[in-house]
Amino acid sequence: MELAGIARNIRKLLLLSIYHAGSGHPGGSLSIVELLAYLYFKEMCIDDLDDPNRDRFVLSKGHACPALYAVLSMKGFIEERELWKLRHTGALLQGHPEVGIPGIEAASGSLGQGFSAALGMALGGKRLTMSFRVYTILGDGECNEGEVWEGAMFGVYHHLDNMVAIVDYNGLQSDDRCDNVTALGDVASKWKVFGWNVIEIDGHDFDDIESAFTSAREAKGTPTCIVAHTIKGKGVSFMEDKPEWHGSRGLTDEELELALKEIDVG
Amino acid sequence: MIPLRNAFGKYLVEIAENRKDFFVLDADVAGGTCTHWFRERYPERFVECGIAEQNMFGVAAGLSTVGIIPIVTTYGVFASMRAIEQARNAIAYPSFNVKIVASHPGIDVGPDGATHQAVEDLGIYRTIPNFVVLSPADEIELKKCVDFMLDYKGPVYMRTGRSPVPDVHASGYDFALGLPDVLRKGKEIAVFTTGITTHRALPIVEEYNTWLVNVPTLKPINGKAFGKILQQVKIAITIEDHNVYNGLGSAVADVIAEQVIGVRLVKLGIKDDFGKSGDPLELAEMYGIGPEAIEGVVRKCLKE
Repeated sequence: MELAGIARNIRKLLLLSIYHAGSGHPGGSLSIVELLAYLYFKEMCIDDLDDPNRDRFVLSKGHACPALYAVLSMKGFIEERELWKLRHTGALLQGHPEVGIPGIEAASGSLGQGFSAALGMALGGKRLTMSFRVYTILGDGECNEGEVWEGAMFGVYHHLDNMVAIVDYNGLQSDDRCDNVTALGDVASKWKVFGWNVIEIDGHDFDDIESAFTSAREAKGTPTCIVAHTIKGKGVSFMEDKPEWHGSRGLTDEELELALKEIDVG
Repeated sequence: MIPLRNAFGKYLVEIAENRKDFFVLDADVAGGTCTHWFRERYPERFVECGIAEQNMFGVAAGLSTVGIIPIVTTYGVFASMRAIEQARNAIAYPSFNVKIVASHPGIDVGPDGATHQAVEDLGIYRTIPNFVVLSPADEIELKKCVDFMLDYKGPVYMRTGRSPVPDVHASGYDFALGLPDVLRKGKEIAVFTTGITTHRALPIVEEYNTWLVNVPTLKPINGKAFGKILQQVKIAITIEDHNVYNGLGSAVADVIAEQVIGVRLVKLGIKDDFGKSGDPLELAEMYGIGPEAIEGVVRKCLKE
């Protein structure tokens, strides 16, 4: 399947899983779909979860896990039927990523923490001279957390050039637009000042994504931060750029039907 | 006599050649936690994290996933409060193999004052699922705890300490997780201690012929073994350099209540208060956990 088709499928699966769950985080899940599609189907060596040299992915913005779970099912790491039990009592798929779910490398969703864990994996890889690379996606709102900037200093100090942090820069966080919540400002320049190799891209454009990951591999001695300009709710017109689709609401039958139709038309 | 933080720092260097499976993480307090000796000898296994404990705990979680055993070191206040949510969500929840070793426990920290005196750490870590909580009393026990912690698969929190302590154990001592360590059998009164309070109570229990039960494991607690001791006495006295809530005294109280043992409990510790600057021993007397204070309580209990 080509990447656009994979992305369409991820969108459908994640919306269906949130529909069955009755809650979830559709907005921030939809904004990272192209990034995940590229990472899991093009960029990372991650077909064997038992391979110690597999590339690592940590979804630091763990609330977007419906998108990740959809990908894990498409990779065959979890069964698709698990998606329909997301957030249900006794089910495998938790509201935020849990270690023990095949393909989940760290507990995340308490913001800032997945990023630090990814840094630890990258440091371990370097110190043990292993060849794997580490990828993590943070939210722009997540960059409110002090831990993120602690980690930003750490990654540069330890020369973690085997690590790529992607900021899903959709401009919205839980309650409101990022700049209405606190002075996030120009997130790319902040990462630059901290010493990261910063690349700004359109996070929904596969050519942009490909060139960013390619140039990240060429960066030596410095970790890379890809600031991906995205649209929260991407692909579903009534969700796009709407703070109310951040989380804690499910979809009605009509909303689901309309959303799936829009995704099909593309 | 050796401070447990020094004993810890030296022991890490001693075992590092034979145990290549652990790294040491530090947040710019290597001199305070005594991991600076390890840093000098094994820089390739030492991770400087800067004054950024939350990230350090997360990094430790990540390191553990590639087969390294991270020993995270900082002061008790930061280990149990600044970075506690990372300890819970990033380490304990996935039950990662991370060891947290905290110096500067209790008012024994002394001159630095309340901001740097962890009087809540044992209680905090006891309430987090998956954590084993250790508080050794002397160098011999500390070494056994380190050996145990490195062999054990899962998260561990351990206190070291700042004031020098003498050995209360013989060299053949063996640590057993969760079990009370009976240093002395006596009559009527059982004194339970942990960490620095153990050696302080030792001469008193000898003089007044009471039990002395050192408690190196604050979680898990082997209720059966504790119950067996408690059933043989009329009064139990717990002494800890920690808040009287949720530490040693509470652990013993749980055993007494759960097994409906007819024994009176006297809890000595920091009575829901903050510490202060001062000399560690003078502070211990001021807060009722110094040798004179302990002796006064034992005498009073014997009169009753």
